[in-house]
Amino acid sequence: MRKRKELPEKIYATTCGYLIIILTLSIVFFIAYKGVAIFNQNGVSISEFLSSSKWAPENAIENGGPKVGALIFYTGSIMVSLFAVILSTPLSVSVAIFMTEISPTLGNKVLRPAIELFVGIPSVVYGWIGLSLLVPFIRANLGGLGFSILSGGIVLTIMIMPTIVSIAVDSLKNQPIDYKEASLSLGATRWQTIRKILLPSAMPGILTGVVLGLARAFGEALAVQMVIGNRVSLPKSILDPAITLTSIITMDMGNTVQGSVWNNALWSMAFVLLLIFFGFILIIREISHYANRGE
Amino acid sequence: MLIEVNDMNSKTADKIATTFFYIIASSVLLLLFFIIGYILYKGASVINISFITTPPKFMEAGGGVMPQLFNSFYLLVLSMIITIPLGVGAGIYMAEYAKPGKITDFIRLCIETLASLPSIIIGLFGFLIFVTKLNWGFSLISGALAITILNIPSMTRISEDAIKSVPSGIKEASYALGAAKWETIKKVIIPTAMPQIITGMILAGGRVFGEAAALLYTAGMSTPNLRFNNLNPLYKASPFNVMRPAETLAVYI
Repeated sequence: MRKRKELPEKIYATTCGYLIIILTLSIVFFIAYKGVAIFNQNGVSISEFLSSSKWAPENAIENGGPKVGALIFYTGSIMVSLFAVILSTPLSVSVAIFMTEISPTLGNKVLRPAIELFVGIPSVVYGWIGLSLLVPFIRANLGGLGFSILSGGIVLTIMIMPTIVSIAVDSLKNQPIDYKEASLSLGATRWQTIRKILLPSAMPGILTGVVLGLARAFGEALAVQMVIGNRVSLPKSILDPAITLTSIITMDMGNTVQGSVWNNALWSMAFVLLLIFFGFILIIREISHYANRGE
Repeated sequence: MLIEVNDMNSKTADKIATTFFYIIASSVLLLLFFIIGYILYKGASVINISFITTPPKFMEAGGGVMPQLFNSFYLLVLSMIITIPLGVGAGIYMAEYAKPGKITDFIRLCIETLASLPSIIIGLFGFLIFVTKLNWGFSLISGALAITILNIPSMTRISEDAIKSVPSGIKEASYALGAAKWETIKKVIIPTAMPQIITGMILAGGRVFGEAAALLYTAGMSTPNLRFNNLNPLYKASPFNVMRPAETLAVYI
């Protein structure tokens, strides 16, 4: 009987599996390596980088040297993504409830494909629509430049909606049907059942969706960059233009010299972005641990 | 009496809530139709054959998107050539070879991490490694590799799920006939899992077209004047040269 060991094939599959580890670790390593350069080589203190709002990376030595405070950028990121999540969560959860509880037929036939279409629209298209419709609309009706946290937040609200909707739908569908039937047989109306039984029990899943949405909003670069105005200053209201971590990276990375303070500061911001994402991943894992422990 | 009044209130609340959910759902649909309608309305007036087949004119109105369109397709093909064997291979490993334990858990964590990293981080990594360290410059191959990194997690996950959902009866029948493990994988499992794997490929392909952030600093933001009559892949202005910078449709916007 032929029974060869099939070693090459096994090695091929195993290599592919391990390649993922190598890739992930090398991404983390290289971004971290470039990210700490500004603290090692340029002698910028970590607290200055994180808490200063002075951004003047091209400043000459005689004027006090370059200033690289990243406060403006990550407050911009945090404000615009929190805004988007606050706006998007109630909307998305309502859509998810409609799809699972109110009208599953319409939900499956009409809303599910619609949500998939939303996913399929590339982010630059969202940005472009925001730029050509939303920005002039806000400028005409609410004042300001139009390029603002508000526009960025609204564009992101639409972009993260599919993420939250699909995860909330899965979570609502996975609830034991007994809960619902017990509540309905006690005479509770559909709305009471949704509000008091389904939503609380589906909460971990919905929260996971919200965190994933927040992560997507945080990492989105181009759509936000197109509508937020990219002004390096702390915004005073949501109608002010602002700038985010991702947009300063995409805008300046190409125009700066490798190894300069300016360029190193951008890499440090990429590193901060990476660390924030590890935070998101940890939160999601915690939520799912918590949810699994309850069962 | 009191109970009845309560009942009336909760019934009204139920009706109001139902109406509210209908309004939300239909407004989301309206928004989608509006967005698509707007793109079609704005786009349809410009798109014609010459728009697709001519290069853009710099700094003036008019011109077309032929090179960008070609780049998008070429990049798609290139990155798929790399993504499919790697992603499916990793999927096979996770579904058939990996033993439960620390390392498998760690691979899973890595897949999760890679999948949720923002594409700009992947783009920066590609810029650092392929463009500067390996000195390939802004090129199609750098862009294709960046897109590959972006697509590997989803490709792996989809092929793993596809392979795992193959009924164990089919697999065992193959083993019972004396087929070895890889033979079973190649001749029985992969063909059965194919439809799902192809879905995964299409999803990954769609990402190439929409992705811009990861390509900005890998494939570059320019396109040399292409000569479509020169098919030598080593010639600088040949469209098939993998080392040339290439700007895709999404980046061009």
